[in-house]
Amino acid sequence: MRLPQKERSIEDAVAQISDGASIMVGGFGVPGTPFNLIAELVRQGQKDLTLVKNDANEAGMGIDHLLANGQVRKLIVTHLGLNGHAIEMMNSGALEVEFCAQGILAERIRAGGAGLAGFISDIGIGTELAEGKQIVSVDGKDFVLETALRTDVALVHAEQCDAYGNLCFAKTARNFNPLMAMAADCVIAESQNCLPIGDLDPDAIHTPGPFVDHVVALKDLHKEYAIVRR
Amino acid sequence: MSDARQRMVARAARAIEPGMLVNLGIGLPTRVVNYLSSDMEVGLHTENGLVGVGPTQDYDHADRDLIDAGGAYISALPGGAFIDSAVSFAIVRSGRLDLTMLGAFEVAQNGDLANWKIPGKFSPGVGGGIELAQKAAHVMVLTTHTDRKGNPKLLERCSLPLTAKGSVERIFTDMAVVDVTPEGFALKELAEGVSLDDVIAATGAPLIIPEGDIPTF
Repeated sequence: MRLPQKERSIEDAVAQISDGASIMVGGFGVPGTPFNLIAELVRQGQKDLTLVKNDANEAGMGIDHLLANGQVRKLIVTHLGLNGHAIEMMNSGALEVEFCAQGILAERIRAGGAGLAGFISDIGIGTELAEGKQIVSVDGKDFVLETALRTDVALVHAEQCDAYGNLCFAKTARNFNPLMAMAADCVIAESQNCLPIGDLDPDAIHTPGPFVDHVVALKDLHKEYAIVRR
Repeated sequence: MSDARQRMVARAARAIEPGMLVNLGIGLPTRVVNYLSSDMEVGLHTENGLVGVGPTQDYDHADRDLIDAGGAYISALPGGAFIDSAVSFAIVRSGRLDLTMLGAFEVAQNGDLANWKIPGKFSPGVGGGIELAQKAAHVMVLTTHTDRKGNPKLLERCSLPLTAKGSVERIFTDMAVVDVTPEGFALKELAEGVSLDDVIAATGAPLIIPEGDIPTF
């Protein structure tokens, strides 16, 4: 026996995405953002997308190209502070934005990836951040019900992978990537270091292959994956 | 950074005790790292995914995969661990964090903190601030004593949407160190060159003044 190969061209992998799709996008700032997959999605032009991401990158970088290209209907994020363009679009009504506390977003995605419907937490109790959420009482204490998140597609960036879809992430580029890689029906991973099956240390794998549907081996990393001199 | 701000950041750094696990919030608090001595035993947590944050790095030594939650290039100490976002906030919510230092728009005399939203003007999202403010064992604030227009940030009651209720214990400003006590704000220290009257005038709530000489920093 041997494990299945899932390597695809970037064109074929991104062509799996339909208009109206919901898409999780890995990354926190630059590290872990799948810039090459995003650039291909901009080129193919799928529309009416809902994106789930920690942040909106910066103006002129990463998912901001999807915003500028009019491909995004709704954004679910924790923070937009570094992208003034996204804030302008939100304030002018051109973009619907839903904010979620960072660790709660991570946990909602993890729940979605673990086959759970949600979880309860006391984060935000007593503030407007808990408004509109269902309250669940346990042993006389109030919690809010946080629902699980799953999407049609997840785009993730790995430092190393193999053709079966085993993924290893680098340093702070790990962030939301391994969580999102578990929480979508179609998971597309990009990596510049795609090794033959069997060459990754099985003990060092962060995301196991069964979660990943398509592997894209990159010849070159996108130029936006560079040091940002602010 | 102005001298007053540098003094404030240096003073805040002295609140970090050996052995602690600490998260330094985006903005002024992240500057505290540069005032910690290289032989100090302390773990710094950054919510984007590292326990064991080391000194910040200039662009020539930056690693594109190694940033803090504010996007600054950092280093990792020997023994540091990279973690995903769920593990990062498991550390926060389960109470492993001894201390967080956060910025503020407003702090109320009962310890309420508002630092994420100014309705109609500024709402970039709450990020990880709410969980840090609600769950760290100790929450301290680093902020200028007044906003850019000179309005006090230390108030009887917050007017902005809250980040967390009753969580702030101590406030470091460019003018003073102020504790939140059951009786309200208590002045602890004055910045060098700042008078008691200056601080009282710049504070939007009653201040409990200590008897005798007030220490300076």
